[in-house]
Amino acid sequence: MHVPDGFFDAPTSAVTGAVAVGALAVSLRGARQEQGGTSRASEAERGGERTAPLAGLVAAFIFAVQMLNFPVAAGTSGHLLGGALAAILVGPFTGVLCVSVVLLMQGILFADGGLTALGVNITDMAIVTTVVAYAVFRGPLKVLPRSRRSVTAASFVAALLSVPAASVAFTLLYAVGGTTDVSIGKVATAMIGVHVLIGVGEAAITALTVGAVIAVRPDLVYGARGMRQGLKLRVNGVLVDAPSAPSAPVAGARASRRAVWATGLVTSLVLAGFVSFYASSDPDGLEKVARDQGIDARTEEHAAAGSPLADYGVEDVSDARLSGGLAGVIGVGTTVAAGSVVFWAVRRRRTSVPSRVR
Amino acid sequence: MGPVTASLEVSGLAFAYPDGHQALFGVDFTVARGERVALLGPNGAGKTTLVLHLNGILSGGTGTVTVAGLPVGKRHMAEIRRRVGIVFQDPDDQLFMPTVREDVAFGPAAAGLKGAELEPRVRAALDRVGMAGFAERPPHHLSFGQRRRVAVATVLAMEPEILVLDEPSSNLDPASRRELADILRSLDVTVLMVTHDLPYALELCPRSVILSYGTIAADGPTGDLLSDDALMRAHRLELPFGFDPRAAAAARRGM
Amino acid sequence: MGSGHAHRLHRHAHSPVHALPPHTKLAAAFAFVVVMVSTPRAAIWAFALSAVLLAFVAQHARVPAGFLLRRLLIEVPFVAFAVLMPFVAGGERVDVLGLPLSVNGLWGAWNVLAKGTLGVAASVLLAATTELRELLLGLQRLKLPPLLVQIASFMIRYGDVVTDEMRRMRIARESRGFEARGVRHWGVLAKSAGALFIRSYERGERVHLAMVSRGYAGSVPVIDEVTASRAEWSRAFALPLSALVVCLLGWAL
Repeated sequence: MHVPDGFFDAPTSAVTGAVAVGALAVSLRGARQEQGGTSRASEAERGGERTAPLAGLVAAFIFAVQMLNFPVAAGTSGHLLGGALAAILVGPFTGVLCVSVVLLMQGILFADGGLTALGVNITDMAIVTTVVAYAVFRGPLKVLPRSRRSVTAASFVAALLSVPAASVAFTLLYAVGGTTDVSIGKVATAMIGVHVLIGVGEAAITALTVGAVIAVRPDLVYGARGMRQGLKLRVNGVLVDAPSAPSAPVAGARASRRAVWATGLVTSLVLAGFVSFYASSDPDGLEKVARDQGIDARTEEHAAAGSPLADYGVEDVSDARLSGGLAGVIGVGTTVAAGSVVFWAVRRRRTSVPSRVR
Repeated sequence: MGPVTASLEVSGLAFAYPDGHQALFGVDFTVARGERVALLGPNGAGKTTLVLHLNGILSGGTGTVTVAGLPVGKRHMAEIRRRVGIVFQDPDDQLFMPTVREDVAFGPAAAGLKGAELEPRVRAALDRVGMAGFAERPPHHLSFGQRRRVAVATVLAMEPEILVLDEPSSNLDPASRRELADILRSLDVTVLMVTHDLPYALELCPRSVILSYGTIAADGPTGDLLSDDALMRAHRLELPFGFDPRAAAAARRGM
Repeated sequence: MGSGHAHRLHRHAHSPVHALPPHTKLAAAFAFVVVMVSTPRAAIWAFALSAVLLAFVAQHARVPAGFLLRRLLIEVPFVAFAVLMPFVAGGERVDVLGLPLSVNGLWGAWNVLAKGTLGVAASVLLAATTELRELLLGLQRLKLPPLLVQIASFMIRYGDVVTDEMRRMRIARESRGFEARGVRHWGVLAKSAGALFIRSYERGERVHLAMVSRGYAGSVPVIDEVTASRAEWSRAFALPLSALVVCLLGWAL
């Protein structure tokens, strides 16, 4: 859930606000490239800027899909947070934009998430989830064979880690700028547990959804663009190369390089000490953590009803609210692991294509 | 442009999609200024593909499209898109702005019109479709028929040379359908109407062309085409049960 | 949003607050919340005073108290969290009704509750007195990047359309006897989500075509521009400025 006003101190809010503005500026540029060419009607792309309508519709989709309940068991259900899904389907930059716009509108229209906490919420739920998800997503794809199944598997891993990463970022932010003196070890431990489980749910749903899209319109899955075949035109019986086919992979490669660059930057900032940017300020997740931590004796009776997955999917959560936050802190261990994967990916990129780095 | 210039000339148009599917195999036809022509054809005949060529959204195959003497191509794209007004099938796709007024103003404003020039243009377009009272409403608060009429207005506001309608009667209840027909008849503009609503074509368009398998299979007076049973069957065109095109055409002439 | 249409949050009325230009209201709401966050938590009376100020504005805007209070429910999860803080936080403890509570946690809970509640109330007032369309214009006027405003505007325009498609898909599933009961059914639901994405994306493509067909070349022309007079700005900022005075007093006393 979205962090309200007063949860973080003013400097933290201001710094995350600046981070959010910077990331949005980068994403606005990056998204133009990402949305350059996925249309069947490839010629249409020359007509102008596609980002606004496409990102707008994807934002509406994220908004809607957060209302889709996935029943877990015994009346509990979960729903997608969507950061990882957005990153994989439309690319990290567009993903950041879409989730940020959803958060902005939730803050202004629904008072869901404080206005001064927008920086925290965006940094958390839009930037960290999306960027970590995409960076992690690229990793397995490099090793695995180029197939639909690999994309699905990579989506699973990406979503699995993105949720805890966000909660780790949140915990770190809380350590830096939380307004209440709760032991960070307690918060971290509990958040990690909760959000690892939430991450499992998110991962399963994300992977299944990506799998469903890739089965029907693989060309729409940004993360799988490299898999496209070259196309031909048949004009009066003569085969001609389709004009747009060669350009798409190039654009994809360029964009992904930028994505990796951005990822590396964000991750290093994160690991450098700002780490906290995120998070799942999900009130449900937080609440759960607090409950588990604070009332140890009573935790057991809650074990079933209050299972993390129950939190994950509060019945009929009409809004996206769970989204950001739930992901709670999976734990420092996971963060370090995620960070290492990112760095590994970045370094690998750099060494493998030195000539193409601008 | 001399007076003899046709509103639309399509010649030798062939096109295949990037996925290899070829939709058009050499399309030729001409629409004279002020004519109302129906473009008939079964599903998958290439109708929508053809429409997207008329304002240069699709290109890259062979053949030419000329609008009022101006070839469709990169050089005149802005002018072409002002002259060819396409009303898409789903008005929700077409009405993307937050209010009706802004949506109708979008085209003229994109062409550079401002304030004092823009406002009357918007009002006139809405008046012509009888939607002037809805200017400040968000599109999703309108009924489907009203949205379709506003979609027509968004295009009329650009004062196009030719109005291209993709399935204008689809999803309309009979009253909305008739209202739209009245509006279209009242317009003093060249119309190309893509449809498989054959009675609607007969009602509104004196002339029809049949697009089948990516070429023009027939071109003539709508009543004659619809009365040619063999032709209709060959191109998977079917009249509604009990509809007699001869009687309908006669009734129409008598009107 | 489940029920969710943004416009339901708006309360149509004619009041001096409704009439203010949207960007002044946005800026004022933001400034008010910033002031709230900067107010020292120990100055309990300062929050009470700010709440009174807010109530005065709400009354001025003809937003009934019941509406405002109902809307505050969005905060409930955080209230629950705040309630737990005194149990969880460390530091000095104090006995309340036999429970050992952390003093620091109590203050933290109060801090989050007070600031969060006032923040939510301010946002609710903003949404209740400003139409969606106006909010977008206000954001545009406040120099949010145009692309971001466009994305937001498309999201709002098509939010209902997409949600509606999702509802129809659910009805279609249920009409054929499908009921999602557990994890086993996730595949089917995910296929729906996938289909929803494809539909949304393809609609985005069609919208783009419709835009291009009407001469769109990368920027949406600015058709409406909102402006505010100095008097309107000062009226809008009456709230945050008085809150600022309260805040400064809070620090001084």
